[in-house]
Amino acid sequence: MPEYSLSPPECWLDEHGSALYRYALSATRDSHQAEELVQDTLVTALQACARYNGQSAPRTWFIGILKNKLMDQFRRSARQVSLDEEEDDGDWAGAFNSRGFWADKPAGWGNPDELLERSEFRELLSRCLALLPQRLSHLFWLREVRGEDSEFICKELEISPTNLWTMLHRGRMGLRKCLDKHWAQGSFRC
Amino acid sequence: MLNCKDASHLISQRLDRPLGRRERWGLRMHLLMCRYCRRFSRQLGLIHLALRKLGRESEQAEEGAELSAEARERIGKALRRQQGRP
Repeated sequence: MPEYSLSPPECWLDEHGSALYRYALSATRDSHQAEELVQDTLVTALQACARYNGQSAPRTWFIGILKNKLMDQFRRSARQVSLDEEEDDGDWAGAFNSRGFWADKPAGWGNPDELLERSEFRELLSRCLALLPQRLSHLFWLREVRGEDSEFICKELEISPTNLWTMLHRGRMGLRKCLDKHWAQGSFRC
Repeated sequence: MLNCKDASHLISQRLDRPLGRRERWGLRMHLLMCRYCRRFSRQLGLIHLALRKLGRESEQAEEGAELSAEARERIGKALRRQQGRP
């Protein structure tokens, strides 16, 4: 006996729309993209509702469809990342010289504990985060902002740990460079 | 001997995985000698903490997020269109 049943499709948007939207928003950080995903999810649900077997709560079922859509997207973008380091160093390409020593030596930023509490610093951090290349930003966001563990991310995105570490390193280098450019000893440089 | 580039990779990776004994030792030796890598390491640590903090704040903000009326209407239309198909 099925435990749950789906309500008529006319009610889906009211019953699940906002929950799906919040989930999509937290994964994409982009309201427009999140709205598209909600629409995609509900349309797919409409095509697939004959297969709903009542074994899981409707909300769980909808979220499951949304998760699949998200994962498809991320897998596509994660695969585009090249593992060839020289090819994808971006803004921090000149960080090291040919012998692997700092060419662009890290400058001091002042007291880290104090920095952490400064709202200007966190604002700058958000802005720099938004500037990361798209293909890095989701993975970086999952790991660093959401604090998901590496094993979980590798499994969900079907990437190797080496690939993950390389991309995270790139993200951190890019972010550090961006902060460095705009922050000096406790104040904005520009 | 590690150079700074190798050290920077290990500094980053130790935020994501436990380093092996040799990696830990090599990195410790390098950090003892290299103030720029020590600085780099402090900065990555700070970024790591600050991002988590940002994450917790945005999680709170997202809790109250709602679909806009326009989006609702658009999605509703798309659903009805889809339903109308055989």
